[in-house]
Amino acid sequence: MKKKWYDYLWIFSLTYLILGFFNILFAWLGLICFAVPLIISVGWGNKAYCNKYCGRGQLFSLIGGRFGLSRKHDMPRWMKSKYFRYGFLVFFFAMFFLMLWNTYLVFAGERTLAQKVTLLWTFKLPWHWAYHGTLFSEGVAQFAFGFYSVMLTSTVLGLITMILFKPRSWCVYCPMGTMTQLICKAKHKEENI
Amino acid sequence: MKRKAKIDKDQCVACGCCVKVCPKSAIKVPNGICAVIDEKLCVGCGKCVKECPASIIELREVQK
Repeated sequence: MKKKWYDYLWIFSLTYLILGFFNILFAWLGLICFAVPLIISVGWGNKAYCNKYCGRGQLFSLIGGRFGLSRKHDMPRWMKSKYFRYGFLVFFFAMFFLMLWNTYLVFAGERTLAQKVTLLWTFKLPWHWAYHGTLFSEGVAQFAFGFYSVMLTSTVLGLITMILFKPRSWCVYCPMGTMTQLICKAKHKEENI
Repeated sequence: MKRKAKIDKDQCVACGCCVKVCPKSAIKVPNGICAVIDEKLCVGCGKCVKECPASIIELREVQK
Protein backbone atom coordinates (compact mmCIF):
# COMPACT_ATOMS: atom_id res chain seq x y z
CA MET A 1 0.00 0.00 0.00
CA LYS A 2 1.27 3.45 -0.87
CA LYS A 3 2.43 5.50 2.11
CA LYS A 4 0.62 8.70 2.93
CA TRP A 5 2.04 11.78 4.61
CA TYR A 6 0.48 10.79 7.91
CA ASP A 7 2.31 7.45 7.92
CA TYR A 8 5.40 9.38 8.94
CA LEU A 9 3.96 10.96 12.09
CA TRP A 10 6.02 8.52 14.18
CA ILE A 11 8.91 10.93 13.46
CA PHE A 12 6.97 13.60 15.37
CA SER A 13 6.45 11.29 18.36
CA LEU A 14 10.09 10.26 18.42
CA THR A 15 11.31 13.86 18.09
CA TYR A 16 9.01 14.86 20.94
CA LEU A 17 10.56 12.30 23.28
CA ILE A 18 14.09 13.31 22.29
CA LEU A 19 13.44 17.06 22.67
CA GLY A 20 12.35 16.45 26.27
CA PHE A 21 15.92 15.45 27.05
CA PHE A 22 17.23 18.83 25.88
CA ASN A 23 14.61 21.38 26.85
CA ILE A 24 11.69 20.32 28.99
CA LEU A 25 9.52 23.20 27.75
CA PHE A 26 9.01 21.29 24.50
CA ALA A 27 6.78 19.00 26.57
CA TRP A 28 3.98 21.53 26.01
CA LEU A 29 3.80 20.32 22.38
CA GLY A 30 2.38 17.08 23.76
CA LEU A 31 -0.93 18.85 24.28
CA ILE A 32 -1.44 18.35 20.53
CA CYS A 33 -1.67 14.60 21.18
CA PHE A 34 -4.41 15.28 23.73
CA ALA A 35 -6.35 17.94 21.85
CA VAL A 36 -6.42 16.56 18.30
CA PRO A 37 -8.01 13.14 19.07
CA LEU A 38 -10.61 14.86 21.26
CA ILE A 39 -11.43 17.47 18.61
CA ILE A 40 -11.74 14.77 15.92
CA SER A 41 -13.97 12.52 18.03
CA VAL A 42 -16.20 15.34 19.25
CA GLY A 43 -16.37 17.09 15.88
CA TRP A 44 -16.55 14.17 13.46
CA GLY A 45 -17.54 11.25 15.68
CA ASN A 46 -14.74 8.94 14.61
CA LYS A 47 -11.34 7.68 15.70
CA ALA A 48 -9.38 8.91 12.69
CA TYR A 49 -6.63 9.94 15.09
CA CYS A 50 -6.05 6.36 16.29
CA ASN A 51 -6.73 4.91 12.85
CA LYS A 52 -4.46 7.19 10.86
CA TYR A 53 -2.53 9.90 12.65
CA CYS A 54 -1.31 8.48 15.96
CA GLY A 55 2.50 8.67 15.83
CA ARG A 56 2.82 6.73 19.07
CA GLY A 57 1.03 3.74 17.56
CA GLN A 58 3.13 3.96 14.40
CA LEU A 59 6.29 4.01 16.50
CA PHE A 60 5.23 0.83 18.31
CA SER A 61 4.32 -0.96 15.10
CA LEU A 62 7.65 0.11 13.61
CA ILE A 63 9.78 -1.08 16.56
CA GLY A 64 7.65 -4.11 17.43
CA GLY A 65 6.63 -5.05 13.90
CA ARG A 66 9.30 -4.04 11.40
CA PHE A 67 12.24 -4.35 13.82
CA GLY A 68 10.68 -7.41 15.43
CA LEU A 69 11.03 -6.32 19.05
CA SER A 70 7.82 -8.03 20.09
CA ARG A 71 6.92 -11.57 21.14
CA LYS A 72 3.62 -11.15 19.25
CA HIS A 73 1.75 -13.09 21.91
CA ASP A 74 -1.90 -12.61 22.81
CA MET A 75 -2.40 -10.28 25.74
CA PRO A 76 -4.07 -11.68 28.87
CA ARG A 77 -7.85 -11.55 28.87
CA TRP A 78 -8.11 -9.11 31.80
CA MET A 79 -6.00 -6.56 29.97
CA LYS A 80 -8.55 -6.11 27.19
CA SER A 81 -11.56 -6.22 29.52
CA LYS A 82 -13.69 -3.12 29.93
CA TYR A 83 -12.98 -3.09 33.68
CA PHE A 84 -9.26 -2.69 33.10
CA ARG A 85 -9.61 -0.24 30.19
CA TYR A 86 -12.05 2.03 32.00
CA GLY A 87 -10.21 1.59 35.28
CA PHE A 88 -6.94 2.62 33.67
CA LEU A 89 -8.65 5.64 32.10
CA VAL A 90 -9.92 6.77 35.52
CA PHE A 91 -6.54 6.15 37.17
CA PHE A 92 -4.69 7.95 34.39
CA PHE A 93 -6.92 10.98 34.69
CA ALA A 94 -6.71 11.01 38.47
CA MET A 95 -2.92 11.14 38.12
CA PHE A 96 -3.25 13.79 35.41
CA PHE A 97 -5.33 16.05 37.65
CA LEU A 98 -2.90 15.50 40.51
CA MET A 99 -0.18 16.73 38.15
CA LEU A 100 -2.32 19.79 37.30
CA TRP A 101 -2.81 20.45 41.01
CA ASN A 102 0.96 20.33 41.61
CA THR A 103 1.41 22.74 38.71
CA TYR A 104 -1.15 25.07 40.26
CA LEU A 105 0.71 25.02 43.57
CA VAL A 106 3.87 26.19 41.82
CA PHE A 107 1.92 28.87 39.93
CA ALA A 108 0.44 30.06 43.22
CA GLY A 109 3.86 30.16 44.83
CA GLU A 110 2.95 27.55 47.45
CA ARG A 111 5.57 25.15 46.26
CA THR A 112 8.93 25.44 44.52
CA LEU A 113 9.70 23.98 41.13
CA ALA A 114 10.74 20.33 41.20
CA GLN A 115 13.08 19.65 38.29
CA LYS A 116 12.14 16.00 38.19
CA VAL A 117 10.44 13.65 35.77
CA THR A 118 8.26 11.12 37.56
CA LEU A 119 8.30 7.75 35.86
CA LEU A 120 5.40 5.33 36.42
CA TRP A 121 3.93 7.80 38.99
CA THR A 122 6.59 6.67 41.48
CA PHE A 123 10.21 7.09 40.45
CA LYS A 124 11.50 10.64 40.54
CA LEU A 125 14.26 10.99 37.98
CA PRO A 126 16.65 13.96 38.08
CA TRP A 127 16.03 16.01 34.93
CA HIS A 128 17.61 19.38 35.73
CA TRP A 129 19.82 19.31 32.62
CA ALA A 130 16.77 19.92 30.45
CA TYR A 131 15.77 23.06 32.34
CA HIS A 132 17.22 26.39 31.24
CA GLY A 133 14.80 28.78 32.87
CA THR A 134 11.40 30.00 31.78
CA LEU A 135 10.07 33.40 30.74
CA PHE A 136 6.86 33.49 32.75
CA SER A 137 6.05 31.66 35.95
CA GLU A 138 7.93 28.60 37.13
CA GLY A 139 4.55 26.90 36.92
CA VAL A 140 5.01 26.82 33.14
CA ALA A 141 8.08 24.66 33.66
CA GLN A 142 6.36 22.57 36.34
CA PHE A 143 3.60 21.70 33.88
CA ALA A 144 6.24 20.76 31.31
CA PHE A 145 7.97 18.40 33.76
CA GLY A 146 4.60 16.92 34.76
CA PHE A 147 3.33 16.53 31.23
CA TYR A 148 6.56 14.98 30.03
CA SER A 149 6.27 12.53 32.93
CA VAL A 150 2.84 11.51 31.64
CA MET A 151 4.15 11.04 28.10
CA LEU A 152 7.31 9.17 29.13
CA THR A 153 5.41 6.91 31.52
CA SER A 154 2.87 5.95 28.87
CA THR A 155 5.65 5.36 26.34
CA VAL A 156 7.48 3.07 28.75
CA LEU A 157 4.29 1.14 29.54
CA GLY A 158 3.59 0.90 25.82
CA LEU A 159 7.10 -0.38 25.12
CA ILE A 160 6.81 -3.04 27.83
CA THR A 161 3.49 -4.37 26.49
CA MET A 162 4.88 -4.07 22.94
CA ILE A 163 7.69 -6.47 23.86
CA LEU A 164 5.49 -8.84 25.90
CA PHE A 165 2.46 -8.91 23.62
CA LYS A 166 1.69 -7.44 20.19
CA PRO A 167 3.38 -4.27 18.87
CA ARG A 168 0.40 -1.98 19.38
CA SER A 169 -0.86 -3.50 22.65
CA TRP A 170 -0.80 0.01 24.12
CA CYS A 171 -3.73 0.91 21.83
CA VAL A 172 -5.97 -1.51 23.75
CA TYR A 173 -5.66 0.34 27.06
CA CYS A 174 -4.56 3.78 25.82
CA PRO A 175 -6.62 6.27 27.86
CA MET A 176 -7.02 8.63 24.89
CA GLY A 177 -8.22 5.75 22.72
CA THR A 178 -10.69 4.57 25.37
CA MET A 179 -11.97 8.10 25.86
CA THR A 180 -12.42 8.87 22.15
CA GLN A 181 -14.22 5.54 21.72
CA LEU A 182 -16.58 6.50 24.56
CA ILE A 183 -17.19 9.88 22.92
CA CYS A 184 -17.97 8.14 19.62
CA LYS A 185 -20.32 5.72 21.40
CA ALA A 186 -22.16 8.67 22.97
CA LYS A 187 -22.33 10.52 19.66
CA HIS A 188 -23.73 7.57 17.74
CA LYS A 189 -26.12 6.40 20.45
CA GLU A 190 -29.30 7.18 18.52
CA GLU A 191 -28.12 5.36 15.40
CA ASN A 192 -27.40 2.15 17.30
CA ILE A 193 -30.87 1.76 18.82
CA MET B 1 -16.06 -23.51 2.26
CA LYS B 2 -14.48 -20.09 2.53
CA ARG B 3 -12.84 -18.37 5.45
CA LYS B 4 -13.76 -14.87 6.54
CA ALA B 5 -12.47 -12.65 9.32
CA LYS B 6 -14.91 -12.10 12.18
CA ILE B 7 -14.58 -9.39 14.82
CA ASP B 8 -15.74 -9.61 18.41
CA LYS B 9 -17.50 -6.25 18.29
CA ASP B 10 -17.95 -5.95 22.01
CA GLN B 11 -14.21 -6.14 22.66
CA CYS B 12 -12.99 -4.08 19.69
CA VAL B 13 -11.17 -0.89 20.71
CA ALA B 14 -11.43 0.67 17.22
CA CYS B 15 -7.70 1.33 16.99
CA GLY B 16 -7.64 0.61 13.27
CA CYS B 17 -4.54 -1.63 13.20
CA CYS B 18 -6.50 -4.13 11.09
CA VAL B 19 -7.45 -1.42 8.58
CA LYS B 20 -3.79 -0.68 7.91
CA VAL B 21 -2.80 -4.29 7.14
CA CYS B 22 -5.83 -5.37 5.12
CA PRO B 23 -4.62 -5.92 1.52
CA LYS B 24 -8.19 -5.66 0.17
CA SER B 25 -9.23 -2.53 2.08
CA ALA B 26 -12.11 -4.59 3.38
CA ILE B 27 -12.08 -3.14 6.91
CA LYS B 28 -13.29 0.23 8.07
CA VAL B 29 -13.90 1.90 11.42
CA PRO B 30 -16.85 4.02 10.33
CA ASN B 31 -18.03 5.48 13.63
CA GLY B 32 -15.08 5.07 15.98
CA ILE B 33 -16.79 2.31 17.96
CA CYS B 34 -15.61 -0.87 16.27
CA ALA B 35 -14.11 -2.15 13.06
CA VAL B 36 -16.46 -3.49 10.38
CA ILE B 37 -15.42 -6.08 7.80
CA ASP B 38 -16.94 -6.11 4.34
CA GLU B 39 -17.44 -9.84 3.83
CA LYS B 40 -17.70 -9.44 0.07
CA LEU B 41 -14.15 -8.09 -0.05
CA CYS B 42 -12.57 -10.28 2.67
CA VAL B 43 -10.42 -13.08 1.25
CA GLY B 44 -9.67 -14.64 4.63
CA CYS B 45 -5.91 -14.03 4.51
CA GLY B 46 -5.69 -13.61 8.28
CA LYS B 47 -3.39 -10.58 8.33
CA CYS B 48 -5.78 -8.65 10.57
CA VAL B 49 -6.03 -11.66 12.90
CA LYS B 50 -2.28 -11.52 13.47
CA GLU B 51 -2.16 -7.73 13.74
CA CYS B 52 -5.07 -7.10 16.14
CA PRO B 53 -3.43 -6.05 19.44
CA ALA B 54 -6.39 -7.35 21.42
CA SER B 55 -6.47 -10.61 19.41
CA ILE B 56 -10.22 -10.46 18.94
CA ILE B 57 -10.42 -11.22 15.22
CA GLU B 58 -10.67 -14.83 14.09
CA LEU B 59 -11.12 -16.65 10.83
CA ARG B 60 -14.36 -18.57 10.56
CA GLU B 61 -15.52 -20.88 7.83
CA VAL B 62 -18.66 -19.70 6.12
CA GLN B 63 -21.03 -21.55 3.80
CA LYS B 64 -20.86 -20.30 0.27
